[in-house]
Amino acid sequence: MILAASGTSGYVGWLGLLASLSLVGLAVAISLWQQLGLEGSLLWASVRAIVQLLAVGALLAVVLSPHVPLLLSWLWVGFMVLFAAETIRRRAPEIPGARRLALTSLGLATALTLALLFGLGIFPVDARTVVPLAGMVVGNSLTATVVAARRVVGELSDKRAEVEARLALGHSSHDAARPYVRDALRTAMITQIESTKAVGLVFLPGAMTGLILAGEKPIDAVLVQAAVMFLILGAVATTATTMALTLARRLFTADHRLVRLARRA
Amino acid sequence: MTAVFEFEHVRVRFDEHEALRGIGLAIEDRRVTVLTGPSGSGKTTLLRLCNRLEVPTSGRVTFRGTDLSSLDPLGLRKRVGMVFQRPALFAGTVRDNLAAALPAEDSIYEEVLARVGLQSASLDNLGDTLSGGEAQRACLARTLLTDPEVLLMDEPTSSLDERATRILEELATDLVRQGLTVVWVSHDLAQVRRIAEETVVLIDGSIVTGEPASRYLARDS
Repeated sequence: MILAASGTSGYVGWLGLLASLSLVGLAVAISLWQQLGLEGSLLWASVRAIVQLLAVGALLAVVLSPHVPLLLSWLWVGFMVLFAAETIRRRAPEIPGARRLALTSLGLATALTLALLFGLGIFPVDARTVVPLAGMVVGNSLTATVVAARRVVGELSDKRAEVEARLALGHSSHDAARPYVRDALRTAMITQIESTKAVGLVFLPGAMTGLILAGEKPIDAVLVQAAVMFLILGAVATTATTMALTLARRLFTADHRLVRLARRA
Repeated sequence: MTAVFEFEHVRVRFDEHEALRGIGLAIEDRRVTVLTGPSGSGKTTLLRLCNRLEVPTSGRVTFRGTDLSSLDPLGLRKRVGMVFQRPALFAGTVRDNLAAALPAEDSIYEEVLARVGLQSASLDNLGDTLSGGEAQRACLARTLLTDPEVLLMDEPTSSLDERATRILEELATDLVRQGLTVVWVSHDLAQVRRIAEETVVLIDGSIVTGEPASRYLARDS
């Protein structure tokens, strides 16, 4: 038995990793059976994930080793924010100034949520916490930021007549955009809210599962997971709101006119 | 007659397309001025310059002698109201829509609804339950709540039936009798004949006068 070699602590090992590839094989078999044409993507995604995780693991080993300054962890966080902003720009090319807006939103959310988390003493400030927690913030905020940006542009474009009717009544651009920005924000945040509501009932989240597999007591794993979930909730709300408000502002001129908007094809 | 708006050498360009080509025009106070012409002739662009939903690429527009670019656009838009081509009611009831223009007591809303020929009972109606004509009159009521001196009407009857069209036309002419100025965009020449006190014919971004204007206006609508 390959898995018997992994023992009870959740340690997987190289053989265990190879064995787990049988699940990728299952996904590939389903793709072949249903003629989805996704075999290449599944294999490429799996190989890429292994390479990326190994690279991250090696880098983490360096960052976590004693005598390495904490500054290196913060540089890593900065790199994550930059990379996420570039990802958002590529995923939402129709958003004017997407990279800069994403940098602002993700930078602010990361700074604010980590300041609260470390400032309130929920987690200690060290290399073991800074990079993984910032990773949680940036990774989970990415989709919400794209959704918020796309919805703001979509709402203001689809409801241009209503927005201009509000402007024509003498509303400021901020007031005229508010109902549509609000709708965009609700859409961007609802997935995370639903996910928070379903936690424990429908699924066991990654951090908690990982800790339990690593041999931590379930109650300790739960406490860490709860703090991480609230961190993600706060981060998603902050990034989506910053993105929506700054983008909406950019879509109006200084004299309160709605600019011409290009919709996503 | 004094001019409410004066256009001096006004050009508007959208990317490669020149929508208005050197407009010179004075719009008189307390009159119904109709801007007419074929589709794409620049009528709506000209109208939207009056409340700064568009700005000239060159030239200038004045409102009662003051350059529009030096006026606060929010204050200007309360003085120069606008009704759009399709009724643009916001989500919610008629009361919600009126409150978006002016938070006030129901008695104020009932008064303005009466001015446009709508029942006060419609205050609680959802905007999307109104007929096209009722919705457009509710939009007019909403605009009147900012107490404008000028009403810009951008083909407001294009989606309405004959009866609703006539009601809105009568309302506009009544408002002029009450002291407002109406600038109305229409490509319906029968309507131009019914309501226009002043007529401006635009073709391909320019104002035409004399024989070409007469020829255009003499066409069957």
